[in-house]
Amino acid sequence: MARAVVICIDKILIATVQDDLFDRDALQLQEDLAVGLETSNAEGILIDLSSVQTVDSFLGRLLNDVATSARLMGAETVVVGIQPQVAITLVELGLELRGVLTALNTEKGFALLRERLNTLRRGGL
Amino acid sequence: MTPLEVQVIAIEGEDGIVAARQHARDLARRLGFRLVDQCRVATAVSELARNVARYASRGQGEVSIRELRSADGRIGMEVVVHDDGPGIIDIDQAMQAGFTSGNGLGMGLSGAKRLVDEFAIDTEIGRGTTVTIRKWRR
Repeated sequence: MARAVVICIDKILIATVQDDLFDRDALQLQEDLAVGLETSNAEGILIDLSSVQTVDSFLGRLLNDVATSARLMGAETVVVGIQPQVAITLVELGLELRGVLTALNTEKGFALLRERLNTLRRGGL
Repeated sequence: MTPLEVQVIAIEGEDGIVAARQHARDLARRLGFRLVDQCRVATAVSELARNVARYASRGQGEVSIRELRSADGRIGMEVVVHDDGPGIIDIDQAMQAGFTSGNGLGMGLSGAKRLVDEFAIDTEIGRGTTVTIRKWRR
C-alpha cells in the first residue's frame, strides 16, 4: 500500500500521508510532488497529516523543503491536520515549519490556499 | 511484554528507525502514557535511531526498550540507543551546532533531550555511542 497518495484536483496537488513513513517514502513523496507540480501545472500543494502520529526533524525538514521547492515552481504549500500532540512535540523539538502555510483541516487548507494564490495573482505579498 | 523485559530492535539503515519508534510508542501507550508523551517518546527515539542509521558504521546499532518501576512506585520507560560508530568528539558542540543549524546529529540529540525526563550520553572515539533516555508516566 502506498504510504502517501498524491492526487490533483482543481490545480491543487493533494497528498494524504499515512502514518509512519519510512525515510524513503518521504523522499519519494517529495519527488512525486515536485514532478506532479510540473506535469499537472498545479499552483498549490495540500499535505494532509491528520493520520500522522510522529513528525520528527527529518519529516519536518522535508516539509520545509517541499514548500521551498514548490515556491521555486510558483506554487504554495499548506499542511493540514497536524495533530495536537505532534504540534506540541514539534515545538519542543525546536523545528520550525518555514514557508509552509498551515491550517487545521482540509477545508480550511483549501480556503487558505485559494486566498493565498489570489493575493499572489494580484501582486501582493 | 512482561514487566521489565527488554525489547531489542536492530537498526540497519533507515528501516530500523520506524520499527524503533513504533515499539517505543507501543510501550508508552501500554504503560498508559498520555498521548502527547507517547508522541514525545516516539519522536525522541526516532531522532536517536536516525543518528545511528546516518552516522554509525554501516548504519548499524540497536535500540533497547524496557519498562521502569521506580522505588517509589512510578511507572516509566527507558530506551537505550547504542552503536559501534565513530563516537562523538565534542558532545556539547555537537548538540549546540545541531540545534543551531537544524542539521546533523546535533538536532536529534538536543531535540531528544528536550522531549524526555532523563538523558545520558556515553561516547568514545572509535568505539561508539550510547544514549539513554527515560520518561516517566504522569
